[in-house]
This record gives sequence, C-alpha cells and structure tokens, in this order.
Amino acid sequence: MVAFDEMLPAEAGLRRPYEAYDGWLKNQDPARLTEKMRDAERVFRKTGITFAVYGEQEASERLIPFDIVPRIISGNEWRRLTQGIEQRVQALNAFLDDIYHRQEILRAGRVPRELIAANEAFLPEMIGVRPPAGVYTHIIGVDIVRIAENEFYVLEDNARTPSGVSYMLENRETMLQLFPELFQRIKVHPVENYPQLLRQSLAAVRPNGVSGAPTIAVLTPGSFNSAYFEHAFLADQMGVQLVEGQDLRVADGHVAMRTTEGYKRIDVLYRRVDDAYLDPLTFRPDSSLGVPGIMDVYRAGNITIANAPGTGIADDKAIYSYMPEIIEFYTGRKPILGNIPTWRCSEPDSLKYVQEHLGELVVKEVHGSGGYGMLVGPAASKKEREEFSKKLAARPSNYIAQPTLSLSTCPILTEKGLAPRHVDLRPFVLVSDRIRIVPGGLTRVALKEGSLVVNSSQGGGTKDTWVLDD
Amino acid sequence: MRLKVSHRTEYSYDEPIRYGLQRLRLWPASGPAQTMLTWALHIEGAREEVRFLDQFGNDTRLLSIDGEPHTISVVAEGEVETNDTAGVSGPHRGFAPLWLFEHQTPLTAPGTAIRELAASVGNGRDLDRLHGLMALIQQRIAYVTGTTDSRTTAEEALVKGTGVCQDHSHAFAASARLLGFPARYVSGYLMMNDTVEQVASHAWAEAYVSDLGWVGFDAANGMSPDERYVRVAVGRDYREAMPIAGILIGQAQERLAVHITVEQ
Repeated sequence: MVAFDEMLPAEAGLRRPYEAYDGWLKNQDPARLTEKMRDAERVFRKTGITFAVYGEQEASERLIPFDIVPRIISGNEWRRLTQGIEQRVQALNAFLDDIYHRQEILRAGRVPRELIAANEAFLPEMIGVRPPAGVYTHIIGVDIVRIAENEFYVLEDNARTPSGVSYMLENRETMLQLFPELFQRIKVHPVENYPQLLRQSLAAVRPNGVSGAPTIAVLTPGSFNSAYFEHAFLADQMGVQLVEGQDLRVADGHVAMRTTEGYKRIDVLYRRVDDAYLDPLTFRPDSSLGVPGIMDVYRAGNITIANAPGTGIADDKAIYSYMPEIIEFYTGRKPILGNIPTWRCSEPDSLKYVQEHLGELVVKEVHGSGGYGMLVGPAASKKEREEFSKKLAARPSNYIAQPTLSLSTCPILTEKGLAPRHVDLRPFVLVSDRIRIVPGGLTRVALKEGSLVVNSSQGGGTKDTWVLDD
Repeated sequence: MRLKVSHRTEYSYDEPIRYGLQRLRLWPASGPAQTMLTWALHIEGAREEVRFLDQFGNDTRLLSIDGEPHTISVVAEGEVETNDTAGVSGPHRGFAPLWLFEHQTPLTAPGTAIRELAASVGNGRDLDRLHGLMALIQQRIAYVTGTTDSRTTAEEALVKGTGVCQDHSHAFAASARLLGFPARYVSGYLMMNDTVEQVASHAWAEAYVSDLGWVGFDAANGMSPDERYVRVAVGRDYREAMPIAGILIGQAQERLAVHITVEQ
C-alpha cells in the first residue's frame, strides 16, 4: 500500500500547499541545508529541551530529533479540521458533565454502564461537581492522522494532561531563527501567542466570585518528570508561578502558595500532576506530589483545576470507540472527523477477530499512552505476536485493536536528500468560555523508513507545522 | 424520640503542630427517620477552611491547624428528633448512581470467606435474605474491641471472627453486593439501652431493596435501625464516611480520646 504523501502524492504531482516552499527549496544549496540541520540541533541543546524516556536502562534525557522540512496545511484544510475538533471537544465536555451528573447517556444505553463503572479513570469524588463555564477538559491535544487527500481521522483524544505544546513553540522558534527569509516569502499563521491564549483561557474559567485578574500557577510533579521542561517553559511564557505540591497548602479557604511575602491565594491551577497523586487526603495517601485538601477546596468552588480531575474517563481508549455515538448524542450531529474503526477486545467476537488478524492490526492497552505496551502487528516478529496473544487472552478487556493505517507521509531531510516518512498531528485546543485552537500543532514523524510509530519515546521526531494564511 | 448527642474528639500531641488538616463528616442531615433540631460544632486548635457536600451528599468540612497547638478538639453536639421507620431510610437521592454502590472497595473486597458466607444465604424474598445475612454476620463476627483497626478489611474480620461495628458493616456491605444488592456504609450514633456514655460512634450498613429503597441493617446488634439511631454520613465504606480523617505534617506522636454521650 502506497501512503499518501502530503507534498508529492504518487500521481497528482506537487500539492498546492507546498508550492511556495518547493520553489524556495529548489534554490537551496544542499550543503547549506545540512548545516542548518546541525544548527537546529544546537538551538535545541541550548534551550535545554529534552525528553526523559521511560523504560530504558539508563534514565536517559534525549533530544527529540527535529526535522527542518515543515509540514504544511492549507487554510481550507485547517478550517475543516477545526470544525471537527470543536465539535469533538464540545462533546467531550458535555459527556464529562453528564457522566458526573445525571448519566443520561448510560440511561439511554448509548455507552455501556460497565465501561464507566469498572474504569479507574472515573472518579466518584467528581460526582456533582460543575466547574466554572461547565468546562472539565480545558486543554486537549487531539491526535489526528491523515490517509488521503480528504480523509482525516482522530486517533485519540488526549483530554487529561496532553504534552508536547512546548515542542510546537520551540519548533517554530527554531525555524524562524534558521530561515527568517522563508517566513517573509510565505504567509504562515503564527503559533507564538499560545502561552497568552492559554493564560487568557485559564483566566476565563476562574472560580465564580473572583473579581479582577486571577492568580494562575502551574503545578509540576518536579524536575524528574519527563515533561518538566514544558511545565517550566509554559509557566515562564505565561508569566505565572511554577509550583510543586510542597509549595502549596490550604489557607483561608483557598489553595495558597508560599511566597516571600507569605501565602498567596491561587485561583486557577494548571496541574500537570496525575489525578491519583493530586490530593493525598483524597486519593493516594502516599503521594507527596499533590496538595492535601485541594479536592475539598475544589468542591467548595474556591479553585479551578485544569484539567479537572476525572477527565480521563473521556479519553480512555475503550471510551474512544464510542466517540461517534457520544458526539451524536450531545451535538445532535454526525461527527465531522471520523474515528478509526476499533475492535474492543472485551467483546468475544472482536477478540476472536483480533487474535486471528494480529499480523495486520495495531493492539493498544486501554489505559496506556505514549506508545508503551502496544503491538504493531505488521512490524512484530512471530515470537512477539505469540507473546502478545497470550497477554491478550489473559486480559482481553485491557486491549483494543485498530487496523494498521497507512498514515500520510511528509518528506524529511536525510543525508540522501528528501525522503517520505509517516506523520501524525496533535493540534492543541483551549476550552473556556470559547474554544481556541492555535493554527498548527505538533507534527510527530516516524524517522525510521516505513515505521508507523511516531511517539517520541519510540524514536519519533517532530516538525514545524504550518497553517497557511491563504 | 428526642435524642441529645454529644461527640467529643480530642487529639493530643507531644510537640506543637505546625500544619495539618482534618476533614469532618459530623453534620447530620434531616431525613425520613430523623429531623435535626439543633446541631453545632465547637472546634479548638483548628479552624474551618471550607465546607461542601461530598459526592454522597454528606456535609463535609475541612479544618486546618490554627496556630501551633498541642491539642485539637472537635465537639459535635445537638438534638435530633428520631422516629422508627423499621430501618427504611427511603428512596435513592443524589447524583451518585445506584450502581456505584454495587461496587466493592478495597475495604470490602471479598475473599473466600466472604464469598462462602454470601453463598450460604438462602433464596427467598429480598428482605428475608438480607435479614438472614445480618444474622449470619452477627454469629460469625463476635463483637470484641481492640482486635481490628480502621484498615481491617471485611474479609480479614470475618476470617478472624472478631471485630466491631465497622467490621460488621463492611462484611454486610461486601456480602450484600455479592448477592446483587447496592449497599452502603452509614456512620452515626446509637443510644445503647441503660447507658448515657457510649463506647464509640456507631456504624451500620444499608442495602437497596426495590420498592422499599434503602434499608438499614445493624449486624453488630442483629437488628434494623430504630428510633435510637442517628445517621450522620454515608459512603461505600468506612473510609468514605469517616467522621474525622486527617493528615499531619511532622513527626509528632498523636493520642486520641473520644467521648460520646447519647441520651433522651
């Protein structure tokens, strides 16, 4: 199967969004481009943007490889994508509100009750909580793949704590440094204002009764976390405090942070700490990363937590397969962006099919993320498939399977010139009293020829993503 | 029946406390079996930070340490008008769905002993089966204080054969859930006959029976709650309905004293 190349598709010739870039590229000296690649690496080393990879012997900090060929999306394509994304995040928030209140969708039988009831991401402590503006998931990274000119699919909804936005920003920054003349020639929508939009968005969901500018802070698990760089970067860019659990306590009915002038109230907390660690008085008592009592302050309406606890119930991979039903239930319309057909291994017929077609499918853990614990059938050895098959038989409800999609490709610059590699796209969505989507997002690229795994933990790289102002 | 309740909890420490939190579920609400006449909380050594209704509708308050005290005391007291509803506390209310109460928690997770116990409950009408279950638990877990603690599971207490009302309630909830009934844990007070001083706050369990709603079963005493009972908080287990839960920063040694009186 030949993948759809977004620059130079097999039969159609150079695609329009790439025309201007191609014109510029043709006039570049290959040696200069290779040099620029090295410059890019130096820029990243200097800014200190690294990524800790779990599960390796040495707890290694790696640079995520960056490719200097941009991924380019036309204004029209982007408009269609944003409509689909907006519809999707509206449905996600409506679903969360429903699940933590009347559960109409379960009563209607559109989503099976057991899927919620037996799910660790469902937090009873959220029952009856309606956050400001009714927003539960404020920051979402929707992973989108493309397989043809007009075929886009949502791969997953990252509705709890999506990461990667710092790469989007750094990638653009780097491109602007390396190729200022390119941005003179081609009108590309800016992404640099993301931190300001994030700040505005968080401010708009401040607790009711907070007048004036709310105090915002970013809660990080600390410097050992793989995304610590991003936490520090976003706090810095927004001009707000970066805090850890030990800096915070409950005071005067609020969560407050220690400052040189005593404790200062926090109105909106952008937390990058997982639910289970957020409040040792409520969840895991052994957590030292969270804030004891923050759930009490939250239920009392005195702080906004973004994203809300318990949003994981909306992006669970088992729930994902019901997203078309969920979107239709809450918006009354068919999904604009499709789902990838998904076999739920909890269903005996599906399990049988998956077991018989392991060589063709991608099998994922229901609660997993980051490309860990998954099987890419076509790329796996017979032994790997056999071992996975045993795991699947032991805990079928822990897995879902999807067809191996031929993801679109974009060229990357290799030593031998341009070569196509598979990509996906994670646009970042901000939800408050309105929905804001920065034009672009994070394009992840599988650097190995033919590989479909774009996760940075599995050797993927990134590209700058351009949305044309055309 | 008009009951007068006083519940004093005092924590003493061997060094001053600088930071800590206490979460109280000590504010009873009026309902089918009780009407609150007066109720008050008196707190020393700590102050109220926030109050809210938790996921089960319990009036919950979060306290933080005030100053650097050596003792913290919490007195909950007031008067309640109770009536005998034969243990029926009425229809299910609130956003917490009934199915949530069909699920076991770490404290009620059944093992072989609970499974066997539940399996030995005979067939018949729902109420008869639940009364049968209550009688079985009363037989199998002798009321002995000091043999279990707040972390003891239903299974452990049943295997041990001794425990207190908390263990009876967990064993009942665990078994009732196995039998297909939504079940919950209730914390509150009981006026024991002929005595004003009560050894402890009380707990019992409720099972949801179609047509009747929630029905209480006090397996420690082998009876359904009557007008001598005051209900304070509910949850799926002790941990979710606990009257006081705290977290303390530091190394201080804690001593706990509880004094409860319930009288007419």
